[in-house]
Amino acid sequence: MKLDPNIPEGPLPQKWDNHKFDIKLVNPANRRKYNIIVVGSGLAGGAAAATLGELGYNVSCFCYQDSPRRAHSIAAQGGINAAKNYQNDGDSIYRLFYDTIKGGDFRSREANVYRLAQLSVNIIDQCAAQGVPFAREYGGLLANRSFGGAQVSRTFYARGQTGQQLLLGAYSALSRQIGLGQVKMYNRHEMLDLVLIDGHAKGIITRNLVTGEISKHTADAVILATGGFGNAFFLSTNAQGCNVTAAYRAYKRGAGFANPCFTQIHPTCIPQHGDQQSKLTLMSESLRNDGRVWVPKRKEDCPKDPRDIPEGDRDYYLERKYPSFGNLAPRDISSRSAKEVCDEGRGVGPGTRGVYLDFSDAIKRLGRHVIEERYGNLFDMYESITGENAYERPMRIYPALHYTMGGLWVDYNLMSNIPGLFVLGEANFSDHGANRLGASALMQGLADGYFVISHTVANYLAEVGAGSYDPADTAFAQTEAQVRNQIDHLLSIKGARSPRSFHQELGKILWEHCGMARSKESLKTALELIPALRKEFWEDVRVVGQAKDFNQELERAGRVADFLEFAEMMCHDALDRDESCGAHFRTEHQTEEGEAKRNDKKYAYVAVWEYQGEDQPPKLHKEPLSYEEVDFATRSYK
Amino acid sequence: MKLTLKIWRQANTEDQGRFISYSVDDVSSDSSFLEMLDLLNEQLVAKGEEPVAFDHDCREGICGMCSLRINGLAHGPERATTVCQLHMRSFQDGDTITIEPWRAAPFPVVKDLVVDRSSFDAIIQSGGFITARTGSAQDANSILVPKCDADTAMDAAACIGCGACVAACKNASAMLFVAAKAAHLNTLPQGQAEKDRRVLKMVSTMDEAGFGNCTNYGECEAVCPKEISLDFIAKLNRDYGKASIKAFLSGSDE
Repeated sequence: MKLDPNIPEGPLPQKWDNHKFDIKLVNPANRRKYNIIVVGSGLAGGAAAATLGELGYNVSCFCYQDSPRRAHSIAAQGGINAAKNYQNDGDSIYRLFYDTIKGGDFRSREANVYRLAQLSVNIIDQCAAQGVPFAREYGGLLANRSFGGAQVSRTFYARGQTGQQLLLGAYSALSRQIGLGQVKMYNRHEMLDLVLIDGHAKGIITRNLVTGEISKHTADAVILATGGFGNAFFLSTNAQGCNVTAAYRAYKRGAGFANPCFTQIHPTCIPQHGDQQSKLTLMSESLRNDGRVWVPKRKEDCPKDPRDIPEGDRDYYLERKYPSFGNLAPRDISSRSAKEVCDEGRGVGPGTRGVYLDFSDAIKRLGRHVIEERYGNLFDMYESITGENAYERPMRIYPALHYTMGGLWVDYNLMSNIPGLFVLGEANFSDHGANRLGASALMQGLADGYFVISHTVANYLAEVGAGSYDPADTAFAQTEAQVRNQIDHLLSIKGARSPRSFHQELGKILWEHCGMARSKESLKTALELIPALRKEFWEDVRVVGQAKDFNQELERAGRVADFLEFAEMMCHDALDRDESCGAHFRTEHQTEEGEAKRNDKKYAYVAVWEYQGEDQPPKLHKEPLSYEEVDFATRSYK
Repeated sequence: MKLTLKIWRQANTEDQGRFISYSVDDVSSDSSFLEMLDLLNEQLVAKGEEPVAFDHDCREGICGMCSLRINGLAHGPERATTVCQLHMRSFQDGDTITIEPWRAAPFPVVKDLVVDRSSFDAIIQSGGFITARTGSAQDANSILVPKCDADTAMDAAACIGCGACVAACKNASAMLFVAAKAAHLNTLPQGQAEKDRRVLKMVSTMDEAGFGNCTNYGECEAVCPKEISLDFIAKLNRDYGKASIKAFLSGSDE
């Protein structure tokens, strides 16, 4: 596998400009001769399809939802970063770049991150012009708020629905192109395989989720913007349909998968209520500013009403263990500490996987109305989900999986190691290293979709020329036959267990052994359990219904089948990375304060995995990370 | 909890469809309504029967995919709540619950509780946008937007496009949806250049799709999970009126 990051020459601030001048263009009259496929319609995919359509390419865009407006980017709450320095508080492109590199614990690619910081400025302009209703000050200027991992106010927001509004902006631009006939939209279609001709990506195989029809789509280039793989854990903050299938099938066709073990866990989610739980809901971390985290000192007290547990019998464990940070200890530390106390049997609430976040002191000190003003909407949401009033009794919280930094390997052009296959947004690995800072996911999706891909895809297209594939090539028929075989196989097993039950079991294995804290032993256990579960799946899964029908069981079965293979690669990656960095925490490697201990000498590389065939362990390749501009430093937020 | 569910089953768009009763046991009152349906579906799969098809995705009330009519009410009994955020503690042990898809001619049933809302996309495609080519935008702070206008635009833009407004309206009118989108863009300075064209196009596409007229019943506002205000319909009527007169006087068909 050849892994050339193709980083342009020149000093960091000029790389992108130099590169844009050096790469090839497609002239306006020729663009209509090229077909481009975009899979996914979130911030990255929607923005890319709209922009490429505007430029005059023929674009086909696919999404599994009933409308491109529903992609899961829509659920992002907090905001989007941009180095505008509108607040005059010392922000700059360099500062945003440095914060992102540092936040990623020095495991991301310097040149990509710098470009991201540069483009952040254009994103806000573009979105404002589209009519995204960003928060404003009375004078009509844009408002900002501050966010984790930064000392400046650079986050733009639209109430608590920033992701929704940015997505609707991209969706409206995309809709305009659909109306003009420049983009053909395929709603309720799922990509099931990638077609390669002479090693280049030249099409995809899809299933129409309404009719079950399998069809071939040909193109000069294929762009995947299919999001992250958090649902491998079954319970996450992702939407129900989020899946790894498109990315994983590309991996099986030869695309490298980078850093799959970098998965981020958010500390303040609403805990699981029981086995009927289907997803977890995130609440803003800002709650920790006024809430105090505790569990009972004694196991016996856990079932009691928390208000009846006297002060002396409570363990404010974050304040005890981290006196200087207290309840505002970093995300990973607070998440792991919650797991520890629950592992000790001191968790609270149904299922005993929860800790209290108590506002009673803040209410006494500030008055209920202040807390209502600050967090009213979150308290309402908590009540609608749990039925409990958090003004009167402590909230219960527990960490949950919500973002995956790893993804398909891409070079500076966002092209994978398969020529013609580009990967954007959460689906690629490039910008967040081992940990993503808040308000950066939206930024990356839109930078990739609006401002990077339009230039870099042209370079590839100009090189290969229009009509770079033969629609009659046997590769299409072969790949299609393989897709049909898998569907027929799934339906023919007629076992006893539902796809959902396998998914649930896989999620438990991953959460337990490859979740917040990992060790050599736990990962080895997972690497035994996962293949056994996969074997059982292929012997005993029961997929009811027909192939040629609207069949949600079949959809789930295909996705779970891929998660079952993918999860094993994730554990291999976590086992190989014998250091702690960012969100990847190996219990063997921690400082005395329990912080992640990196090993830059051995692990300053991107781990890229290559598929080796069924039931074979994947092969590791390494892209060394070199930093021209910044020095490795220990991440510290003290 | 033990419940009896009367669920609309329809194999495909052409099928007649009918209610079928199911009973479901051991429902946790902490479950969401959709988790209760997951449980029913697991029980059906265990018996080798086809599960009930329904639309859902984010399960946190923002994607707009879930679309059930519960006991005759779009999104069920709780105000300002999508089905995915509705929890079983809103029901009693032993209840019989009737579950139907959205019912409106422009939203044909795809299967069981799933409907086709592509007519909403068609309305947006015809004019629900501000033309702003990527890369051509000026500095964001060079467009001043008074805070009250930004807030009004955001109130309207909160629409999640679920279609409950249409499902609740006896005329199957899409006015609240169209009004929300038009008001979002028409309120902002960036949206002025295309304002007239936008309302004329969106309304004519809405009419072509077969949505009914608004007769001010206000059911749409009552079921809207994002509490979009009826005032936006008044604004749409105003903007549409002005745009029509201007088009008439100038002899243009736009």
